[in-house]
Amino acid sequence: MEAIEVYHISKRFGSVQALDSVSFTVRPGELFGLIGPDGAGKTTLFRLLTTLLTPDSGSAKVDGYDIVRDYLAIRSHVGYMPGRFSLYPDLTVEENLDFFAALFGVTVEESYDLVAPVYKQIEPFRKRRAGKLSGGMKQKLALSCALIHRPHVLFLDEPTTGVDAVSRSEFWDMLAGLKQRGITILVSTPYMDEASRCDRIALCNEGRILGIDTPEDIVHRFEERLYAIRADQMFPLLAQARQVEGVMECYPFGETHHLVADSRFDVGNFVQQLSGLDGLTIRPVEPTIEDVFIKWMKR
Amino acid sequence: MRAFIVLLKKEFLQIRRNSFLPRLIILFPIVIMLVMPLVMTMDVRNVNVAVVDLDRSTTSRRILSHIGASEYFTLVYTTEDFHRAMDRLEKGTADVIVQIPENFERRMETDFPEPVQITANAVNATKGSMGMQYLVQSIARTLSELRDEKHPVVTSELITVQNRFNPTLNYRHYMIPALMIMLFLLICGFIPALSIVGEKECGTIEQINVTPVGRMTFTLAKLIPYWMIGLFVLTVAMLVARLVYGLVPAGSIATIYLGSMLFVLTISGFSLTVANFSDTMQQTMFVMFFFVMIFMLMSGLLTPIDSMPEWAQNLTLVLPPRYFVEILRAVYLKGTTLAELGVSFVALGIFAVLFNTLAAVTYKKQA
Repeated sequence: MEAIEVYHISKRFGSVQALDSVSFTVRPGELFGLIGPDGAGKTTLFRLLTTLLTPDSGSAKVDGYDIVRDYLAIRSHVGYMPGRFSLYPDLTVEENLDFFAALFGVTVEESYDLVAPVYKQIEPFRKRRAGKLSGGMKQKLALSCALIHRPHVLFLDEPTTGVDAVSRSEFWDMLAGLKQRGITILVSTPYMDEASRCDRIALCNEGRILGIDTPEDIVHRFEERLYAIRADQMFPLLAQARQVEGVMECYPFGETHHLVADSRFDVGNFVQQLSGLDGLTIRPVEPTIEDVFIKWMKR
Repeated sequence: MRAFIVLLKKEFLQIRRNSFLPRLIILFPIVIMLVMPLVMTMDVRNVNVAVVDLDRSTTSRRILSHIGASEYFTLVYTTEDFHRAMDRLEKGTADVIVQIPENFERRMETDFPEPVQITANAVNATKGSMGMQYLVQSIARTLSELRDEKHPVVTSELITVQNRFNPTLNYRHYMIPALMIMLFLLICGFIPALSIVGEKECGTIEQINVTPVGRMTFTLAKLIPYWMIGLFVLTVAMLVARLVYGLVPAGSIATIYLGSMLFVLTISGFSLTVANFSDTMQQTMFVMFFFVMIFMLMSGLLTPIDSMPEWAQNLTLVLPPRYFVEILRAVYLKGTTLAELGVSFVALGIFAVLFNTLAAVTYKKQA
């Protein structure tokens, strides 16, 4: 039995096709990442799998339960941490945790061993109201509350959005710890650099899944040659590079432009053609997940 | 059951932590009950009277002095020229003109008496008509006194008036039950709806929805605190009515509480339905306001239903507060019993079931 099975699920809101026949499976104990920009349908997928929405077509199972028929069973076996902080801001850290424990019919003591690695970090502030916590602490409290009933599957919707780099890294360490304890985790993020922390990732855009693989293998699917180019004037460089023979794509990538080349491309020829630009450099680079994403998105 | 108790505890904790709600709950009924009965009065007082006395007889002076002595009237102007008095009326310094015709006293004895003429400014319809009525009564009394003095015959009074259940025609006593109903409408109508939509706005309802807690449990835990608050507020209001205005319910207090519970149930069910259909507090506020307006103006709270046009009277049949207004006034002022009010209680009960069913049906955990 897979932890999450999704078969051709679709959901439409008015004229927007939020999800268009999406299918994938997540194995038990896997840390599975949904990587995609805003509007990719990640949140809709989470809301479907946590039984807050019903699909227009298709079906899905979470922990072996059908999301429509067995929605009640799913609710006691999954933990959900929405993208937006949604605990009670006027209750204290401790009260929030006790409250959610009680709603699931458990006590904090029973689950303390599981929650502790996360909760210990905010325990010194347990008398503070949740609304007065910093962003990183709010997120840790939300994760503690989502874990309090020992869920089999954990849904984390953009848990690191709006969190500083150090806290983000800490957060992924915590997820790795939870994975060790056999919890299946489905996590979404708009940050491509976080994808490498997942076992497998699905790249998604505009309601569709572009491809699924391990972070290592997904970059191997990028078969074309890739170069990073720069010049003193980056914008004319972009326009001119696109004119050169053998250039399939050229797009801004951080401080450089990435250039995707086919077999006709020749570096010497390229440098010669763009000799009018000062400070031109070109070097081959390894593709990243983002390059794969851009390639698939344009397909 | 444990989830329910925890939800209930959380609700009370949130109310207590709220910087504004506890104060509102205590202050609101006291202020409403202390201030509103003093200002909301249909009794007409301080009617400014201008008198055009063309007769200048004992009789006319007697009429004048009676008007001057009355607590309802202030004699502001006496003249012999009607146009001058009319000027005052137009400027607003006088509300009513009383014109006593020439030879009034003399012709009173004849078969063709000249009538006293009363001219009133009826822009404020209540003040105009009530002021006129008082004046007519006052003058008629003066004239019959005079007649009695001249021809002391033993006559029996032709008409006697007795105001049952509110012997002094005290408008306050009529209004106090209405004010209690307004308190219910505001506290048990607005606040639970706002509290639920508030949870929608900050996303916490979503977090509750992914727990195994049933919607009934969640909703009940949301409402019970406000039911309790509603009954607490009623108790405070009844105490204020008793201590400040000396108004003690003529009927049984148990009947009042029973009616109140039914009404609170109805209103909170209604408020839940509104909350189910709104996504923001603003929306809730406006929709609730719209209905509360209709409830207040059309349920006989301020103006009697009997004097409404027939279509409006029929419309009031579907307004739940109408029945509670009937119950509360009847029990408070007349001492009517539960059995006599059976129809109203049943109607209120039906509405309670109806609105709460509607609230349950329209509540969606899934979209």
